[in-house]
Amino acid sequence: MSENRFDMGEIDIAWCPGCGNFSILKAVKQVLLELDIDQKKLVMVSGIGQAAKIPQYIKTNYFNGLHGRALPAATGIKAANPHLIVIAESGDGCMYGEGGNHFIHTIRRNPDITHIVHNNMVYGLTKGQASPTSPTGFETPVQNNGVFIKPFNPIAVAIALDASFVARTYIAHKELTESILKNAIEHKGYALIDIFQPCVSFNKINTYDWYKANTYLLGEDYDPTDRKAAFAKALENEKYPLGILYQKTGGVIFEKQYYKHNEKPLFQRRPNLSSIKDLVESKRIN
Amino acid sequence: MRDLSIVLCGEAGSGIQTVERVLSRVLKLAGYNVFATKEYMSRIRGGMNSAEIRIGSRRVDSFVDKIDIIVVLNKGAIKHLENRISERTVIIGEKTEVVENERHLGNFVPIALREISEEIGGEIYKNMVSVGVLVGLFRVRDEIIEDYIKSYFSEKGTDTIDNNIRAVKKGKEISVELAKRTSLNIDISQVDGVDKEILINGTEAVALGALAGGCNFISFYPMSPSTGIAVFLAQHADEFGVIVEQTEDEIAAINMALGAWYAGGRALITTSGGGFALMVEGLSLSAMIESPAVIHLGQRPGPATGLPTRMGQEDLLFTLFAGHGEFPRVIYAPGSLQDAFSMTQNAFIIADKYQVPVFILTDQYFLDSYYNLPDLDILEMKNEFQIKEVSKEYKRYEITESGISPRGVPGYGDGLVTADSDEHDESGHITEDHEIRVRMVKKRLEKMKFLEEEVIPPELIGSENYKILLVGWGSSRNVIKEALMESNRDDIAFLHFKQVYPLAGEIRKYLENAAKTVVIENNATSQFGRLIKLETGFEFEAKLLKYNGLAFSVEEITEFISKL
Repeated sequence: MSENRFDMGEIDIAWCPGCGNFSILKAVKQVLLELDIDQKKLVMVSGIGQAAKIPQYIKTNYFNGLHGRALPAATGIKAANPHLIVIAESGDGCMYGEGGNHFIHTIRRNPDITHIVHNNMVYGLTKGQASPTSPTGFETPVQNNGVFIKPFNPIAVAIALDASFVARTYIAHKELTESILKNAIEHKGYALIDIFQPCVSFNKINTYDWYKANTYLLGEDYDPTDRKAAFAKALENEKYPLGILYQKTGGVIFEKQYYKHNEKPLFQRRPNLSSIKDLVESKRIN
Repeated sequence: MRDLSIVLCGEAGSGIQTVERVLSRVLKLAGYNVFATKEYMSRIRGGMNSAEIRIGSRRVDSFVDKIDIIVVLNKGAIKHLENRISERTVIIGEKTEVVENERHLGNFVPIALREISEEIGGEIYKNMVSVGVLVGLFRVRDEIIEDYIKSYFSEKGTDTIDNNIRAVKKGKEISVELAKRTSLNIDISQVDGVDKEILINGTEAVALGALAGGCNFISFYPMSPSTGIAVFLAQHADEFGVIVEQTEDEIAAINMALGAWYAGGRALITTSGGGFALMVEGLSLSAMIESPAVIHLGQRPGPATGLPTRMGQEDLLFTLFAGHGEFPRVIYAPGSLQDAFSMTQNAFIIADKYQVPVFILTDQYFLDSYYNLPDLDILEMKNEFQIKEVSKEYKRYEITESGISPRGVPGYGDGLVTADSDEHDESGHITEDHEIRVRMVKKRLEKMKFLEEEVIPPELIGSENYKILLVGWGSSRNVIKEALMESNRDDIAFLHFKQVYPLAGEIRKYLENAAKTVVIENNATSQFGRLIKLETGFEFEAKLLKYNGLAFSVEEITEFISKL
């Protein structure tokens, strides 16, 4: 294997042998290298869970915050310094469950960040409970008669909210995953990549074979700029389409709205005491 | 007469705020010391709200119960203020709206506010007619009021300005008549220089202090009474380079703010008790990642939604103990506008220097109260910015001799900057090594020692040879101070705490010098009394606690003192 400057060297990785997270980590690092991203300018932001440990295994800046709260932290980071490349990455429970409200509103804000969700349809670190994306009928020690509430459809939600980039991949498709990651990182605006991955320890239903049998690749002729068609695709649940389902360009980017009058990132700003004094002075007359 | 209290009362939406604003500013511009505060219900229209404007020959900075003049803007006002109306209170208003309680009719001066305002152009001018009546009583020159109206309504066009000026003139004419028909003899003196003073409220003092502290980011979810800070910063955002983001909830607000601090911003969070409850996990995160944080908490009476627009000091112990795990924090509770300004500026300095959360505790009464003061002292910010350029070898949580790990930001220097909510090693990576855990706990907790060195000591007001010591914190300062001065007792002093945590080392000395100690608080369980007992073992002999949702008045404290 070639040398990758994002490698951490010999470290203890807390994932189970055979976990899909390993392939996601490899793909992310490969893409970062291929895009020639300066690791000093990159910030990986995550929450809590097994997927959320990914920043620990990449040689770069990171903010490994609270469960469910990666997106607001990532938005704050991007807003404070738009020169940083910000990737928020965590699992389905963290991003769609605990952080569901932030998922909705981050899409509305449209910061220029990449949002990677490891979707294995189960809670791993807490030992096998249902996740927001677990299919109905999925039996767990808690949902022991099978999950009876409907699974969360992140792709449909994102397209409904007119997210500027919405993609889904399955980690066994290495080339597709890397190509989508590249497109997402280069995309200007919020980009969601939902990555199907098996959980070898706790999900005996959605296995490597299951994903293979229940997904298909979007064809060459698919037009990701057609939102209605994308939404129809997002609702398919016999077999899940993989690829860039929806992409639009030219939207208003959150952090840019804040840099119209002052281009300096916040760490370079200093209070203008003479303006503050002027403002205090104005309180003498009105 | 040393001072006079005017209360305007009417429904929400009846324009009380406009009258309060115009009247307080015009009187100040005319050279009168003014104080203005308000109490209001949690609704947009209707109900009954009031604003008090005090005018003094000496400085006035606190709430009084007494009412010299009531301006009734809607029916129901007399009933609303019943307990504060005395034999001497002069009531001004429409006959149909005042006659509801015979007892007060003796001082009633009917004015056909509606008829007069209709003549000018509509009932909307009722407020400005009232302003005219009041400024007439104070013999304010036409030029001052006209100039103010021109600037206040500058965006509304000349018709509005002309009509408002006419309304004020009409009111002034009535005031001549009024002065003849009542025993009101207004002999408040104007004071040289007051016209040039600044007039701000607690909200503005905190927001200006944040700007002076270098605040360039605020994320918040609207919640009374804390929202005004964000509104103020939003209105000045472009000028001062402040990012203002209204988030989906308070959880997002604090996590976004911590993201901003991590990347080099100086973020303020403004909220009230219920919102802060949602932020508590984020507070704990700030401690673990050793992020600075500045949190303004405008307290209101709880539990739960409580009295949303009212006043209370019920969140002291909540603020002190909020957050799972153990970590240091600083809690300020300013009692004056100058302190609110300076302490908010200082909150950014301390938060940045020691990488800890710093709170500013206020309440509705403090935030909504205005008074004039000569100036605001602004600390020059020269070497108060702690961000370091990071080298390749940089470790975010390096254990250093000083006890503080230098704080870098991503993208500034050759190193990498990490933040981890898990226990971590010096490089910021997850660890479950028990020895590292102990070192990291110690490193975080040892900051308490620096914070103790930075404590802003309590202020002793009154005689140094006191036998009785009154103790208060936060917004009750000016009220207790005035009551004490009013009482003329050289055996009583008042110890005001503007920093409530950590506490200054010498407090036992202050407390033990007194034969009797009384703690005065706006809560039901004496939270500060309990905090002092926890920290020093000292127990107060007496407590004066008020928790009906309203601030203490000078009279309440004066009466209490008279029985000591």
